[in-house]
Amino acid sequence: MIGAAASFYLLGSGRVMGASGIIGGLVDRSGWSTWAERLAFIAGLAVVPALLKPVYNVPVVTNITDNLFAIVAAGLLVGIGTRVANGCTSGHGVCGISRFSIRGMAATVFYLIGGGLAVIVFRHLFEVI
Amino acid sequence: MLRNIFGFIAGGLFGAGLLVSGMTNTRKVQGWLDIFGDWDPTLAFVLGGAILPTAIAWNIASRRAKAMLGNPLPGKPGTEVDHNLMLGSLMFGAGWGLVGLCPGPAVASISWGGIGGLVFMFAMLAGMLVAPAFRARLNAVATAIR
Repeated sequence: MIGAAASFYLLGSGRVMGASGIIGGLVDRSGWSTWAERLAFIAGLAVVPALLKPVYNVPVVTNITDNLFAIVAAGLLVGIGTRVANGCTSGHGVCGISRFSIRGMAATVFYLIGGGLAVIVFRHLFEVI
Repeated sequence: MLRNIFGFIAGGLFGAGLLVSGMTNTRKVQGWLDIFGDWDPTLAFVLGGAILPTAIAWNIASRRAKAMLGNPLPGKPGTEVDHNLMLGSLMFGAGWGLVGLCPGPAVASISWGGIGGLVFMFAMLAGMLVAPAFRARLNAVATAIR
């Protein structure tokens, strides 16, 4: 379904389906000229899972930590990091790797290293997550 | 209008995929990133399963002049792996590992993520707001080093 969404957005609208770019372009106004399309994408992304959740028969939980300090720090890191690197899991990971983009593949290697290190340090070393 | 409807459909399909695949479950994501601990490899199949059809779509796109709605298809990707790409991705990965949410799933799970999910999203938006200034600072440092 993720691949179908990326393919549909590419061939239908001519866009790279990258969540951080679509959201970030609204936040820093760099993509303001296409604000309505961005907002429509974000609305679909938030509303469709909300409608689907009750009919999905497996209990859906995010299991998010209750450590507010970790949540704020992680949110800031994800927000700054994806915009500085120009992409996240969907833009660099799915859309980048699938077109054999050097930047997409390199970004994926670096964010997997960052994620792996964070889990090692905060789960196994400090045992806070 | 059609452009917005297409956007909504793409976002909706993406969100449904994230929900069904377990990408909005932070424990599962952290289990996938826990390579040296109790590694759960299933999300690799999610990524692979998304990459495969998209690769076919890129192939079709390469033989077309325009998208269905008439606007141009994306140009060739850049090839420069610079400090912004590397450091930004490391930072993003660290945040992703710490809590287990990346931008797509953070929005997709907003209706059931509770206070924690909301706080994460606002922190992420704040990060995106200061990112251009952070990037300018980073570029200045990189130039000074060179």
